[in-house]
Amino acid sequence: MEDVMGYVHSVETGGTVDGPGLRYIIFMSGCPLRCQYCHNPDTMKMKRGKMTSAYELLKDIATYRSYFEQGGGGITVSGGEPLAQIEFLRVLLWGAKQMGIHTTIDTSGYLGKKADDELLDLVDLVLLDVKSWVPETYKEVTGVDIAPTLDFAKRLQAKGKEVWGRFVLVPGLTDAPENIKGVAKFVGSLDNVSRMDVLPFHKMGEHKWQQLGMSYRLDNTAPPSPEVLQAAKDTFIAEGLNVH
Amino acid sequence: MGVHQDIDKAASLPFLNDDMPACYKGFVKGDWNKEIDVRNFIQLNYTPYEGDAKFLAGPTDATNKLWEVCLELMKEENKKGVLDADTEVVSSITSHAPGYIQKELETIVGLQTDAPLKRSLQPYGGLKMAIAALESNGYKISEQTAEIFEKHRKTHNDGVFDVYTPEIRRARSAGIVTGLPDAYGRGRIIGDYRRVALYGVDKLMEDKKAQHASLDGNVLSETTLRLREEISEQYRALAELKEMGTQHGFDLGRPAETAQEAVQWLYLGYLAAIKEQNGAAMSLGRTSTFLDIYIERDIANGTLSEEQAQELMDHFVMKLRLVRFMRTPEYNQLFSGDPVWVTEAIAGMGIDGRTLVTKNSFRVLHTLVNLGPAPEPNLTVLWSEHMPKGFKDFCSKISIETSSVQYENDDLMRSYWGDDYGIACCVSAMRIGKQMQFFGARANLAKALLYAINGGIDEKSGKQVGPQTLPFTGDVLDWNTLEPLYDQMLDWIAKVYVQALNCIHYSHDKYNYERIEMALHDRDILRTMACGIAGLSVVADSISAIKNAEVKVIRNEDGLAVDYEINGDFPCFGNNDDSVDEIAENLVKKFMGKIRNQPMYRDAMPTQSILTITSNVVYGKKTGSTPDGRKAGEPFAPGANPMHGRDQKGAVASMKSLCKLPYEDSQDGISYTFSIIPGALGKDEAERIENLSNLLDGYMHDMGHHINVNVFNRETLEDAMEHPELYPQLTVRVSGYAVNFIKLTREQQLDVINRTFHGQR
Repeated sequence: MEDVMGYVHSVETGGTVDGPGLRYIIFMSGCPLRCQYCHNPDTMKMKRGKMTSAYELLKDIATYRSYFEQGGGGITVSGGEPLAQIEFLRVLLWGAKQMGIHTTIDTSGYLGKKADDELLDLVDLVLLDVKSWVPETYKEVTGVDIAPTLDFAKRLQAKGKEVWGRFVLVPGLTDAPENIKGVAKFVGSLDNVSRMDVLPFHKMGEHKWQQLGMSYRLDNTAPPSPEVLQAAKDTFIAEGLNVH
Repeated sequence: MGVHQDIDKAASLPFLNDDMPACYKGFVKGDWNKEIDVRNFIQLNYTPYEGDAKFLAGPTDATNKLWEVCLELMKEENKKGVLDADTEVVSSITSHAPGYIQKELETIVGLQTDAPLKRSLQPYGGLKMAIAALESNGYKISEQTAEIFEKHRKTHNDGVFDVYTPEIRRARSAGIVTGLPDAYGRGRIIGDYRRVALYGVDKLMEDKKAQHASLDGNVLSETTLRLREEISEQYRALAELKEMGTQHGFDLGRPAETAQEAVQWLYLGYLAAIKEQNGAAMSLGRTSTFLDIYIERDIANGTLSEEQAQELMDHFVMKLRLVRFMRTPEYNQLFSGDPVWVTEAIAGMGIDGRTLVTKNSFRVLHTLVNLGPAPEPNLTVLWSEHMPKGFKDFCSKISIETSSVQYENDDLMRSYWGDDYGIACCVSAMRIGKQMQFFGARANLAKALLYAINGGIDEKSGKQVGPQTLPFTGDVLDWNTLEPLYDQMLDWIAKVYVQALNCIHYSHDKYNYERIEMALHDRDILRTMACGIAGLSVVADSISAIKNAEVKVIRNEDGLAVDYEINGDFPCFGNNDDSVDEIAENLVKKFMGKIRNQPMYRDAMPTQSILTITSNVVYGKKTGSTPDGRKAGEPFAPGANPMHGRDQKGAVASMKSLCKLPYEDSQDGISYTFSIIPGALGKDEAERIENLSNLLDGYMHDMGHHINVNVFNRETLEDAMEHPELYPQLTVRVSGYAVNFIKLTREQQLDVINRTFHGQR
């Protein structure tokens, strides 16, 4: 495949929470969603990223192979939204697979239609963030519709692609019982989801919103208590999910 | 494995070994019975352990009670700085009557003086230092003792200053070479304390006698005369060790017969060393797998239980945690937190492919659980990718819980030093009983760059310290002009530095010779001249800035360059970017080359380390602003670390940069201190253990040499600064060793807090 340029925000080597083992995480720039709790708002606008050659990135990735060998590590393309720069993503995934490196994409699924079957064949694992179930809530949280995400999830199931589900619990925003239950039931109905991460809302991204001169709507929201978080996790466990 | 199966069979046919004396019953005989050869004994007799940590036992009541007493004493000590000090009796192997914590509870006994935490008086390194150390803590040396060293007995410190040149003195006081062991014991020598247990002192004395006799027919050159005198001293020291044993009620003349005796004999050998020497680092060696052989034998005989075995190790380690020396405030600034570097090298692999992990490798680490975290002994795991997973994961678990362990690359060092080396101090590998080093602190390469810019004039004092060379006169630094100037300055510093070390070790051998430690060595040994460098990442980033950005010189009224203004970006060391990592790599090679060109005292083999311990703070204080944007007085990064906060691409990128530094040109070690928040290692304990083991495997696979692992949140440290009383045992790995965080100076605490914490953004 030919080299392609893309907008990359930054990379993080030695990630451990976005896929199995030790991971090289590529934060792409550009995302069609405007999630209220986004902790990387500096990746929302594509042009804020740095023009980067996929080949150059792959050269760098190649030097980390010894760290991937144990524990099933590899690359995770996150963001931003990795599917927003589909041709760049394709070269990156292809290159990684050529080197025998495990590949993960971290996506909302909203742009799932852009991912053709050839691209999905290059992906070993999808981290699918289902941000809400109640359509109005989904729109409130993200600014976009839920339908494309659900379609993408079903397509991944049909392909038997491994998925880790994700859900962020935000008090006062995503914590309505029917919202949690809805996500849990939907994800629980998919047989290709090997793990579910229920993540507590945190405010570590707040200062970035301020730096960017963007208004942060959750400044009065506190992280959920451990009890509330556990209750949400229990809802997912009840649907037969392997919750972390 | 065929050979080892035969050995196992030999062990199971007792008549094959029935001509062995009773003390060796159950052991397989070999070369070790014919000559002093501890490694051979270990190889023929140890039992590799490939399982997990489930067998371990908790502390006994006696352990808990004893440790309680120690903690109380340490609390008292923390308040006062020094609990008690001897002001009169000069410490020697037999100078003090035996001291105890609570005799009836102690399975391993022996203290440096007659009471726990009472510090001994050791003026041989330098009287001024001994007096200052006492006075700064509110004690006064006895007049009679002072008089002896003023009038009748020359010290190491006196000797050095008799031979130092004016040029060395200037370089020393400007701080371009610092931390030199010219007023205190040099340390970094490891006696093979295992020999005391395996052979007993009588046999070792007999061997020394034979060594002396072996030189009888030689031409009596200066070299031979010196060696004959040294062996005589060693012989005498062994006799004193035996006497110290008798004082404690043990016959050290004979070999140890039980596990308890083996630990006790070994410890008394070590105790003799620290009673005679207050060296900068007094390391233990590689003892746990050796001791495991005795423990396994007693367990097989039914005379020792797992609880008792753990108790022996807990009590042994407790003693090692009580080791103290009298230090001056200046010394504490350099090496903060009362360190003694009782370094114990653990595990690794044998050259035959069997792992050297034994159950006792687990037990010694488990003392961090039974007694809680502590900086000493300096527990150092010799990591190999090939070690059993059960042990790797146990190490990671202990690191995550205690931040008290450092790791060094056994796969890398084994090819240099075999499979029976230990670590002196932080990162210095040496074959046990066969090799020693002349400790050489370090040269400040960042300051040397400033000297190159200023034509040898010190940027802080304005004095001509270095040679009067052409200064850099332009407004914007350009590397083509500066490079030859820096090269010239490095030539000078290498020369002055090695000259200083030659003076120091010539004098130390004469006036403060390590009799007992050298008595536990072979006759002919390898000596290394362990040079070192500080400021590697400062220089690498500075050169990168000069090459890639615009670095304007800001001069004071005397025309001296004192600050720099940087416009533009430049790559920094620690991001796996070859363009700057290669600058660091080449600097290491280049300076080592210059060191190698110098003549060495006693034909030592030159080596260098990239290690600062906590002195990165003091070096920073003594160094003006540098072209990388670091302001005057700000700390350097410790050891070979990237500068604080400049490693932006995560933990592994930082490690990758470190792995490019060539061990071939830093055989005295490359120190890297790594801090990560627990959450960045994984979501739960199992994941964190797995990921840390993988990180260590990757780092070692890429030939990284050393790594200190800290796992905690920055907030924990900040809280400990405010409420030290709540964190009496909070241990932090700094640069090659661990310290009790609350014992650091405030400046150093801030330095630790300001370091890059991976995972925290």
